[in-house]
Amino acid sequence: MALTTPAPSRRRPRPGQWAAWAFLAPVSLYLLVFYAYPLYRNVELSLRNYTVRSFVRGDAPFAGFGNYLKVFADPTFGPALWHTVVFTVVSLVFQFTIGLALALFFTKNFPLSATLRALFLVPWLLPLIVSASTWSWLLNSESGVVNAALGVLGLGPVNWLTSPDWSLWSVTVANIWIGVPFNLVVLYSGLQAIPAAVYEAAALDGANGRQRFWRITFPLLRPVSAITLLLGLVYTLKVFDIIWIMTRGGPSGSSTTFATWSYRLGFGNLVPSFGPGAAVGNLLIVMALVFGLVYIRTLHRRAPS
Amino acid sequence: MRSSASGRLATGLALALLAACSTPSAVEEAPSATAAAAYTIWDPYPQYDTGSEWVRLLEACGAQAGVGVERTGYDTSDLTNKVLLAAQQGNSPDVLIVDNPVVSTLAEAGVLTTTTENRLDVSAVSPNLLGAGQSGGETFGVPIGANTLALYYNKDVLDKAGVDPASITDWATLTAALEKVTKSGGKGITFSAIGTEEGSFQFLPWFWGAGANLTKLDSPEGVAAVTLWADWLKKGYAPNSVITNTQTTSWQEFATGDYAFAENGTWQLANAEKAGFPYGVIPIPARTGGPAPAPTGGEFVAIPVQQDTGRYATSQKLVACLTNDENSLKTTTTLSYIAPTEAVQRQQVAADAKLAVWVEAVKVAKGRTGDDLGTKYPKISEPMWGAVQAALSSSKPPQEAMTEAQRAAASATQ
Repeated sequence: MALTTPAPSRRRPRPGQWAAWAFLAPVSLYLLVFYAYPLYRNVELSLRNYTVRSFVRGDAPFAGFGNYLKVFADPTFGPALWHTVVFTVVSLVFQFTIGLALALFFTKNFPLSATLRALFLVPWLLPLIVSASTWSWLLNSESGVVNAALGVLGLGPVNWLTSPDWSLWSVTVANIWIGVPFNLVVLYSGLQAIPAAVYEAAALDGANGRQRFWRITFPLLRPVSAITLLLGLVYTLKVFDIIWIMTRGGPSGSSTTFATWSYRLGFGNLVPSFGPGAAVGNLLIVMALVFGLVYIRTLHRRAPS
Repeated sequence: MRSSASGRLATGLALALLAACSTPSAVEEAPSATAAAAYTIWDPYPQYDTGSEWVRLLEACGAQAGVGVERTGYDTSDLTNKVLLAAQQGNSPDVLIVDNPVVSTLAEAGVLTTTTENRLDVSAVSPNLLGAGQSGGETFGVPIGANTLALYYNKDVLDKAGVDPASITDWATLTAALEKVTKSGGKGITFSAIGTEEGSFQFLPWFWGAGANLTKLDSPEGVAAVTLWADWLKKGYAPNSVITNTQTTSWQEFATGDYAFAENGTWQLANAEKAGFPYGVIPIPARTGGPAPAPTGGEFVAIPVQQDTGRYATSQKLVACLTNDENSLKTTTTLSYIAPTEAVQRQQVAADAKLAVWVEAVKVAKGRTGDDLGTKYPKISEPMWGAVQAALSSSKPPQEAMTEAQRAAASATQ
């Protein structure tokens, strides 16, 4: 008796707790069905040796890290990793810098500034297939308007999409163009949150424009900048459509990133290799996760101070 | 345990959603009883909607067999994975129409029934077309129609350059013609060398036309084919954009009227009529003369494996109806294909003499997965298109590109 008396109160949740569980159920269910299960399946896919036959029958033998070893040993791995890093870093640096410059520009309210700011959102609103196709027309070696403009300036045509020296830069430029509006919007709202009084005080102390930017705007904008960069990173790592539509990761792999490589392995061939495809996809997830953890870590470190 | 429970939950949720969604429309869709018994047909022709000739033919065949048909059109690149997933979950369609190089993959996966099981009659079909649907001595489907590649030419551009299309019989005469065209201010030839299966499809007539074999990519013949293309680009006979061209964008270049030649397929005939300049078609020349064997394109009709084997008899009737001589003429005309049987090919040429050159091209065409390559073909094709891209973008010389491709193909097909 002595043992059982406290038990019910601990085990049987009070009515309030039942309600709490009921409220939690939909979101947990949603997370399980649409996030946890697919993720689990993708990990499982990458650990088994799938052929088309075993995919259909569901009896693929367990291969451990065989697919990962295969991916690491693949001659595509090194270049694809390098392209992913270059594509992501260059995209982020330019998107953030241009986005911040434009945000600062638009904080000075001038006639038509709201309209202009809205126009800057166009790249973000366009479906990716439209913007990517437009870029590939612009950069076409034979009939592209970019080469025509270079011709007018007396410069020779550049094989933007068909030369291994240029293809990665071309897709990066297109990606920067698409990412600027996002940075602009988030950073602009971040700037709005900085109290005007701080600037007034600085102006009274005789701070010039540059000092105001580096001593006030930049530090106070840091939390917003951090989340913008993190979201941008996660987004850029998995950019696939632009590259696939513009170059298919080519010519001869010169603009292949992990995202396009994963797609090519899984779906880009007549005989899909699901295992290695999933393995590359998981590597991408791990990369995004690492930076997410770094972000959370820095948040925690800053929180006490 | 946990995964099956969550799976059941998911199904329950999906069913609930489905019920919620379908209640209002259920009133409109009266024949739900026939829908349950309907035979499902999947095809890669999403461009044809309900009411098109193609779908009406499917329905007519269903009516003839006494069943309803439920047809879904998928994008061709999507279809393979859709079929594999459906097979995994045990709800394969009753009749499947699928691109010919995929047949051996699906057969390997055990998704398709053989003609001995489903009793389809393939005796009238040309053996070179049937090849893509055969592996290990078994046949897994019937070609619904075939297409292949040839060279379209623009008469105006050739006249201006003083080139007689009849003089083009081998690589040397073709290159000489391209030189003349370029000198006269025209543009030479456009094709698709994109880094996908499409690029391999377009490259194969030159590869096979050189006398090369897919089991040895780096043979002198194979290297000669890559060198031919790479030299055209270097000399400006072909535009640099071929590296990213799909067959559609390559056609768009030809349709500008500037280009003398375009390598393209039967399916562009209707567009050629609309191009607004006089055109003609010649077979792709082999290296030393004569028509080069081009790869066959076009789909196969197959009957996927079902748990209820009783359904095969009706499926067989549906397929037989789709591929009988009378309907084959209708289907191939609708799809702008060449018929798989000689009898119907003769009827097609009688109706439209312009098809004669295509019928000839289809006769010498080869299946990509033939020569007992089967599922090895895709593993050879990928390094091959990679090598073509490397050579055309001058990131590697042709010989080096093909040697590396052969190494990759050999290790992938072991």
